[in-house]
Amino acid sequence: MTAVAEPAVVPLQEPKRRRKLTPYWLLLPGIAWLVIFFAVPMVYQASTSLQTGSLEQGFKLTWHLATYWDALVEYKWHFVRSFSYAAIATVLCLAIGYPLAYTIAFKASKRWRNVILILVIAPFFTSFLIRTLAWKTILSDGGPVVGALNTLHILNVTDALGLTSGQRVLATPLAVVCGLTYNFLPFMILPLYTSLERIDPRLHEAAGDLYARPFTVFRKVTFPISLPGVVAGTLLTFIPASGDYINAQLLGSPSEQMVGNGIQKQFLNVLAYPTAAALSFILMALILGMVTVYMRKAGTEELV
Amino acid sequence: MSRILTWVRAHLVVLAGILALAYLILPNLVVLAFSFNKPTGKFNYEWSQFSTDAWTDPCGVADMCGSLSLSLQIALLATLGATVLGTMVAFALARYRFRGRSATTALIFLPMAMPEVVMAASLGTLFLNMRIQFGFLTILIAHIMFCLSFVVTAVKARVMSMDPRLEQAAQDLYATPTQTFLRVTLPLAAPGIAAGALLSFALSFDDFIITQFNSGPTTVTFPMFVWGASQRGIPVQVNVIGTAMFIAAVVLTVGGQWIGNRRKARA
Repeated sequence: MTAVAEPAVVPLQEPKRRRKLTPYWLLLPGIAWLVIFFAVPMVYQASTSLQTGSLEQGFKLTWHLATYWDALVEYKWHFVRSFSYAAIATVLCLAIGYPLAYTIAFKASKRWRNVILILVIAPFFTSFLIRTLAWKTILSDGGPVVGALNTLHILNVTDALGLTSGQRVLATPLAVVCGLTYNFLPFMILPLYTSLERIDPRLHEAAGDLYARPFTVFRKVTFPISLPGVVAGTLLTFIPASGDYINAQLLGSPSEQMVGNGIQKQFLNVLAYPTAAALSFILMALILGMVTVYMRKAGTEELV
Repeated sequence: MSRILTWVRAHLVVLAGILALAYLILPNLVVLAFSFNKPTGKFNYEWSQFSTDAWTDPCGVADMCGSLSLSLQIALLATLGATVLGTMVAFALARYRFRGRSATTALIFLPMAMPEVVMAASLGTLFLNMRIQFGFLTILIAHIMFCLSFVVTAVKARVMSMDPRLEQAAQDLYATPTQTFLRVTLPLAAPGIAAGALLSFALSFDDFIITQFNSGPTTVTFPMFVWGASQRGIPVQVNVIGTAMFIAAVVLTVGGQWIGNRRKARA
């Protein structure tokens, strides 16, 4: 046995003080950007919501809390619509997205898996305004979708539920929900796929060996393990959907407008910045409340 | 008949998956089909006649290609800014323990968890009150802001999964810290950085909500152009651009995967 000389440890350490500061230097530009252009505007927005005045005369902080009350009264139905449309769209996304994520994770061969994933992500990279406008063609009054729904008498059912009116789909809640579902579906599929992909297929075999029927395997094994994906997916769909105003604008009529439309109108047309700020804060507070309750129920708080 | 039913029952999930995929692709096919339409009125929502006019003259609409090039410029600069800043933050978060780490993580997470319209309105209010002229610069600032978090998340995931022993090995072989970083660390982190950059390019190029609140009346990006046109009547050329973007996206992702696979095969 020959004694191998230990290679001398190259002193890589820089002076200790400098190394301790390295992470801060790395963080500085990025975090400064976020503080100045994200955090500060939020605080500023809070103060704006309590100001009164006009653009010409300037705004003054008068702690005018009534703005909140007035905004809430004026836009209460916008809030109701925002959250119910977003909720329906989220449920639909889960119903449509889960089978697709499951297919990609367990049923597709390796080559197909990549093809399908590209087809799921590619719409991300194409203009979503153009695709939303394409729904106008798909759902048009004389189009095949309306015709089929009519033949199957589905429009009568949605009529009774208040989702459509008469023989139309465009400019009804159904069209807005359809657009929301479509636009946020990839946000549901990707987290679902990530959580399903991690499941060891041997777990399925083991369950089968223990005489579990396929549906029981799904209910007792697959679905519980995929829950973090379900929670992440529903949040990623619900939050942006409830703040969206594009689908309501392009596919709905004035009676389907959501809170986002209200904020946009107050900010860009009416130039009532305090009202726009108050609306944003109410929206944010309500979402935060709902998300907290939901995360408690779902019991997976450490997922993000 | 019963055989078909048994097959359908056995493949129910896959069938539902295929239907979902069709639902995702359908609008893209409509956009493709209507790029060959010759509409009778202002609006290109109803099929009337086949024509290749829009494809042979894609810039035949006033202002559209200008807005397209503006969007490209902003997306490129925003990607550059967000990728550099975001990669630095990601390395700090993945490699160091320091005070204020959890606060930093929260600050990175918040912009992704907030409705876009809320961020858009607050930043717009700030610019307005600081009397900063809305335009190219304000759009760029806003885009870097919301792309940053996505870059940090993508790069951080990659850096966390890298084996630190590879860098130790390089140092054992007497590589200087700079050499280690350039020859080992950076190439290993590259896929994460590329993913973050690609994502921010797509997000910035397609962003409408934040842009609408922070652009002012004269700076019109491509999504802003489409939005305006949707009220006046959409030129067929918009569908040409939409189709071209879809094809470019597929080619880019397929190409990226192909390169990745070849690298893996060679390694």
